[in-house]
Amino acid sequence: MSFSLQGPLVEGGALLPLCLFKIPAGFPSPAADHIEQQISLDEVLNIRAPHVYLASISGDSMQGAGIFDGDLAVVDRSMEAAHGHIVVALLNNEPVCKRLCLRGSEVILLSENPKYPPRYILEGDELAIWGIVTSTVRSHV
Amino acid sequence: MSEGPVFALVDCNSFYASCERVFRPDLAKVPVVVLSNNDGCVIARSYDAKPFVKMGEPYFQIKDKLQQLGIVAFSSNYALYGDMSQRVMSVIESLVPAVEVYSIDEAFADLRGVPGPEALGRKIRNQVLRSTGIPVGVGIARTKTLAKLANHTAKRLQAQTGGVVDICEQFKRDWVLRNTDVAEVWGVGRRMKAHLDEMGIKTAMDLAKADPWTLRKRFSVVIEKTARELAGTSCLELDEPDPPKQEICCSRMFGKRLQELPAIKEAVATYMMRASEKLRAQHSLCKKVRVSIRTGMFNAAEAQYANGVVVDLPYPTDDVRVLTQAATDAVESVFRPGFKYSKAEVMLLSLCQPGEFTEDLFARSQPGDATKVMSVLDAINSRWGRGTLRVASVPATPEWAMRRNLMSQSYTTRLDQLWRIHCH
Repeated sequence: MSFSLQGPLVEGGALLPLCLFKIPAGFPSPAADHIEQQISLDEVLNIRAPHVYLASISGDSMQGAGIFDGDLAVVDRSMEAAHGHIVVALLNNEPVCKRLCLRGSEVILLSENPKYPPRYILEGDELAIWGIVTSTVRSHV
Repeated sequence: MSEGPVFALVDCNSFYASCERVFRPDLAKVPVVVLSNNDGCVIARSYDAKPFVKMGEPYFQIKDKLQQLGIVAFSSNYALYGDMSQRVMSVIESLVPAVEVYSIDEAFADLRGVPGPEALGRKIRNQVLRSTGIPVGVGIARTKTLAKLANHTAKRLQAQTGGVVDICEQFKRDWVLRNTDVAEVWGVGRRMKAHLDEMGIKTAMDLAKADPWTLRKRFSVVIEKTARELAGTSCLELDEPDPPKQEICCSRMFGKRLQELPAIKEAVATYMMRASEKLRAQHSLCKKVRVSIRTGMFNAAEAQYANGVVVDLPYPTDDVRVLTQAATDAVESVFRPGFKYSKAEVMLLSLCQPGEFTEDLFARSQPGDATKVMSVLDAINSRWGRGTLRVASVPATPEWAMRRNLMSQSYTTRLDQLWRIHCH
């Protein structure tokens, strides 16, 4: 990636109005009174919160969940991990992104790509949940 | 809950080392040290590195020992520490009525009237750990000085206390006072410790029981307040923001010795750029600049030289262009060829607030345009990163820059250095 941002990620410049329209010359827009709120992507993704972090995804094992190589993941450290969440897990101290599956007393890390088998957590494995992936961002250019 | 003030001191454990571990889970059980600017000496140690490494040990002397012991060293990564600090402070601020951020890794909180302060202390500890991965200790007491002591105890007896100690009750406070050396008390330095020793004051309890008036007469009102605070009378409130500084300094060692004037001028211009940012951030103007340079002072075999000069500015100013011109002219006048320079310092002196200085009718003042240009400069650099827009004498990647060979990624402040999570 070629662009770099120094300092803490700050709030973006302009808030986007919920509906955009061209302003006709002469007449005030009849829609102007109907803009309901301003939207900020920072707020939508909640990346301003102290417990939310950005990470970059590498690899193809979560393609089925729509998470691709190079995507930006928004990771929340404060949420309680539950069955079905996509998590950033520390498996024997290595950070991995998987779907968390809790079946009875079994803990399984599932990939979303048939190339990768489920990873059963066995005795002797060390597993910690670092955070929960709440959204991902992909660039299409 | 009884009436009266209650303070909590929240202090991060081995903060810099803990930050380095947040995105390096493989280092959870590996001892870590962090080095000063230029990878000079050890400035922070994880808990498990403390038995092997002393604070301030020069890195070049202990490099081999660290390798043998499997201790990992990092250059200081202030972008990471600053961001993690902000996160820790935001979590604390969300849980308590009022906070004073005391340093990058410590904050006082006002818990007056809060029911169950110890339970709140545990909540703070848990939420900070969960949200940031940084472990903190919490000390709770009737005064700030006692809260500091309680925090010290929480760290010392981590296993028994779970990192949270509340000494609002008198018998707990007395136990801590009796079992703490007076040297551990906030604000008691080495020299004061020696004086107190002569008076037979050995423990914090001795100081709490000492006569405050005698302390004031013999030493100062500061130590008197300390004694009163130890005895349970709150003398220090949560601080209001600092008043504007009277002088601003930016000084750094070069990454390598410099012998030529142009490179030294670049460094001085760079330090001035940073100093003038601080000046404008506190909305002051400055009337004088002092610039000094020196060679290394510890190697007797090297020729030594140090000199500085104070320059008057044409008018009180915060214009980086005027300041840089003055500083580079100044360094030219003190530079002597033939020496190996190791450090430069820029100081802004005689600071005033705009409008505060008396303008005589014919004195020049800063043109209005300059003020506008400076605000645009600051706006651009705050949006796009420090150094995006700079005076031409400041290089983008100087050859004399600090050595930081062991720097971790800026995981939280640069999109191109984010933490990589594997999907395989």
